[in-house]
Parts: sequence; structure tokens; C-alpha cells
Amino acid sequence: MSEEEQTGTQNPEGSEKAAEASASNRFGPVRGYNFAYLDEQTKRMIRRVILKAIAIPGYQVPFGGREMPLAYGWGTGGIQITASIIGPGDVLKVIDQGSDDTTNAVSIRQFFRRTTGVKTTEKTVEATIIQTRHRIPETPLSADQIMVYQVPIPEPLRWLEPREVETRKMHALEEYGSMHVKLYEDITRHGRIAIGWNYPVLVNHRYVMSPSPIPKFDNPKMDRSPALQLFGAGREKRIYAVPPHTTVKSLDFEDHPFQVERWDRCCGLCGADDSFLDEIIVDDQGTRLFVCSDTDYCSQRRTEQAAKDRESPESAALADRLQEMAP
Amino acid sequence: MNHDFSSSLLAVEGLTKYYGRHTGCKDVTFQLWPGEVLGVVGESGSGKTTLLQCLAGALTPSAGRVIYRSARGEEFDIHGVPEATRRRLMKTDWGVVHQNPRDGLRMRVSAGANVGERLMAVGARNYAQIRGEALKWLTRVEIGRDRLDDLPQTFSGGMLQRLQIARTLVNGPRLVFMDEPTGGLDVSVQARLLDLLRRLVMDFGLSAVVVTHDLAVARLLAHRLMVMHQGRVVESGLTDQVLDDPHQPYTQLLVSSVLQA
Repeated sequence: MSEEEQTGTQNPEGSEKAAEASASNRFGPVRGYNFAYLDEQTKRMIRRVILKAIAIPGYQVPFGGREMPLAYGWGTGGIQITASIIGPGDVLKVIDQGSDDTTNAVSIRQFFRRTTGVKTTEKTVEATIIQTRHRIPETPLSADQIMVYQVPIPEPLRWLEPREVETRKMHALEEYGSMHVKLYEDITRHGRIAIGWNYPVLVNHRYVMSPSPIPKFDNPKMDRSPALQLFGAGREKRIYAVPPHTTVKSLDFEDHPFQVERWDRCCGLCGADDSFLDEIIVDDQGTRLFVCSDTDYCSQRRTEQAAKDRESPESAALADRLQEMAP
Repeated sequence: MNHDFSSSLLAVEGLTKYYGRHTGCKDVTFQLWPGEVLGVVGESGSGKTTLLQCLAGALTPSAGRVIYRSARGEEFDIHGVPEATRRRLMKTDWGVVHQNPRDGLRMRVSAGANVGERLMAVGARNYAQIRGEALKWLTRVEIGRDRLDDLPQTFSGGMLQRLQIARTLVNGPRLVFMDEPTGGLDVSVQARLLDLLRRLVMDFGLSAVVVTHDLAVARLLAHRLMVMHQGRVVESGLTDQVLDDPHQPYTQLLVSSVLQA
């Protein structure tokens, strides 16, 4: 994590403006690059592709992917979409594994701050564009937000058909029956559908789509979401989209319906029992801690609890302990 | 099933396939009736497989037509209809049994999933029902119930071929194309497989085109026989008639060259 990044996160809300100003002084738009790195012609091309993708929900539209200053597999697809749709008034949030402070998230956020000078945030509610790899935030999205997903393998049929010509034909003719072979095989071997992430979905009753490596826990959040959802695969050079309020159905069997994973415990920091939990080993004795993978959601809940607890002194001690445990 | 013998299931007219300067098959014309098994025999390179692939829509012929009449009496010009229709027919009305069962099976999913795939392809979405149907078909092709969840990789050659047959027949196709269904199997396994095929063809009133170089297979399975030589049909007729009283010199050669055990 860079020094500037830390300055940004450590500043309490009151002095955020000052921090923002100093950050943009030292990290303001770098000279010599176009706004958001890509040239305007490329952005127009990508926007046309995005419009087409929105018009045909779930359909993978090919686009002329550009080389980005980032290795394939690190979010080149998502970064190109974000670069094409971002404007000076936008507020950007980048998450990786649900967290705002992992290397990839920090670098991409910094990249856009330096090439556009837009405001960045870690708070889901403040963001207008959220670029993500593994998670959809726990905080419900709103209609003025856009989710941008970084997709490694856009083709859900790839595992059963290696030929691109053939998979396109299968999409065109809606030949999706074989997708269930994998689900059948899972139930046979494991007694349940064992796909944990990248769980295939049917978009708008038509196209089978691979929702990028989000856990299946997040699949229900995609269904009829008020936010626009854009998916970019940089290596495979495909863009697809789920427009707002579009049905997204996870594939399943009548007698083995789709289910999200459950934990038999709560978040060790904020006590949330409704969020996706990461298991962390905290010492050499193998002590485990389950915490929210969505760091913003977790800290938001802890702030609320601390405020509430300060009003009731008997639980202040507990609040202090929670505060100490915070990373 | 109500057979209408006045109308053929498959009508082939002047089917010709050239590979550049070479001839795959030339001017093949025949009709296949519901419930009938047609054998195509000839030496290797005589155009049997080319003919079969043209019939099954896998190859586009250079000339000629293949007309298929569905159960509802609709006629489809196999190479004239849109690909979507052809692929739908492939999944519902037709089946193909490959010579090498590995070509027709998914080797990395269980036997049950293999048999169930065609059911799922046409919309079955109930796990228990698909599994039940798969089990029924495994029993039919004499594969033990306990092998339902095993990978085909653990099966013997004969079992693989029977599994492929179960997978092909599971959703009741009307027409099956078989390319050397007993090729590569030892004699006792061949005999069992032929027995099984004969029973299934009779039980389900299947029509089939069976390509083979083995006259014994043709005699056991086929009602009618076409003898191919250098891409052309040189003789055709009832199986016993052709094999017991061959008219053409090539057929005579073919019949006389069978080794007597």
C-alpha cells in the first residue's frame, strides 16, 4: 500500500476534503495522457460495444481490446470498461476479493486517480462506478451505480466445448441442455451442486452467462438489480452486460434447487450473520477468525455499533474490544 | 407406433460427394422405411462412411438430396433446412453411434450423465427422473446398476459401445446411423452386442442405417443391403438375397472372400 493511499484511508471523514486536495495535487491527472488513459476513438468503440451488450443482455460482444499497463488476468477488461464510461464527476470504488485495500484494488484505484483525477472512495454508497473482481458489495446497489466486473473466462460453455465457432452456435441456437450435465455430475459425486463461484446463470430467459468469479452467494444480488452491470474480459476481448431490472436465474434442477452457501457463525468483527465470510487463520495455533469479505460493509457496521454502544455504557467495554480487533 | 408404410422415412436422391478430384460417393439413391434396418457394406474406401455422414448432415453433399419425414409427416430436406432445424432433429429424432465409442461419449463425466445428456438437451430438469431413466437404460444395455456413477474410462470396450448405444437411444430417436458399431470388439463381445442391437431395434421399432465391412454383422442386423464399390452402389436388395445369390462380380468377390471358421 502506498503512502498516499494510507493517508487517504486514515483521515477521518472531517478532513477528507483536505486529504483529497493534497492527493490530487500530488497525484492529479498526469500530463501527456488522455483522460482515463485510453484515446477517445477507443473509448467510443468500447461504448458502442457496451450499448450493444446492454441491448442483448448476456450476449458476449467482441471488442478490439487494447494493451493496458497491466498484465492479462489482473483486470484489463474491467479497466477498459471503466476507462470508457468514467467522467470527471464520477466516484470510483475498486474491490478485489471484497476488499478495498488489496494490491490490485489499490493499483487500479490509483491508476484512475492519476489518469482522471476523479474522486475515489471505499464506501459503496458513495460510489457511482464500482469495479470488482470477486464480489458484489453487501450494501444494496442503487440505480445510479454501475458495476464493472473483471472477467477471466467469459464463455460458460467452454468446459464442454473447446471450439469457439461451436460455442457461438450453441448460444445462437439456445443449446444449453448440456450445461446441466455438469450440474448432474456434481450432484452425483458430491450430493449437491458443488460449483462455489462463477455459477452459470440464465440472463433474461435467453443467454447463459458466466458471472465472473463471484461466489454463488452473490448470484441472487444480480437478479433484477437496479444497477447496470458490465462485464469485461480483456484477454478474450469480450464485453457483456446485465441491464438494470433484468432477471438473472442461476441454473439448477427442479429437485435440487439453487442454494447459496451458509455459515454457522457470524463475522468475528461486526457480528454480521448475513454476509459472505472469509476464514482467516490468526496465529500459529490454528485459531480461526471468520470475518466479512466485504471490508466496507464490515467497518460500516462496526462504526454504527460503536456509536450505538457509546450511548449505553455497559457495552462500551465490548465496543472497545471490537475496536481493538479491527485490523 | 402407427406405421404408415406408404411413405418412406428417409428418401435419398442422387447423393454425390466429391473431395476435390476424388469421389466420395456418387449417385446414391434409396429409400428407408419405418422400422427398417439398411446395411451398407463394401471394402474400406468404398464411400460407406462418406455416405453415412452426408445422410446424418455432418457433411454437405456436392449434389443430391436427403429428405426426412418426421413422425408428424413434415418433410425436411436435410441439407436445405436451416442449421437450427437440422441440429434439433439430431437431438430429438436421430442418433449416431460412432465406431469409436470415445467419439460419442463424454469420457470425463459418469455413465449416468452420459446417458442423461440427451434428456437434458431436450429440457429434462428433474435430477431424480433423469437418473432413473439412465438406470433403466443401463439395465437395458446390460451394464450393472452399480456402474451408474462410474466414469466411462473404467469401462471395457464392449461396455463403452453399449453405453454409447444407451446414450443415443435414451430419448427415443426414430432413426439411428451406426458406423461399424462392432468394429474393434472381439468376437464374443460382438455377438452379444449384435444380439442387443437386434433386440433394441425390434423393441423400439427403430429404423437404422448400419455401415459395416463385416458381412456377418450385415446379415444379422440388416433387412436390406446396399453393396458399395468405388463410391457407387453396385447392388442392393434383401440381405439374404444379396448374400446368398450375388449378381455383380464385385459382390461375388466380396461374399466369397469371407473366411469360413
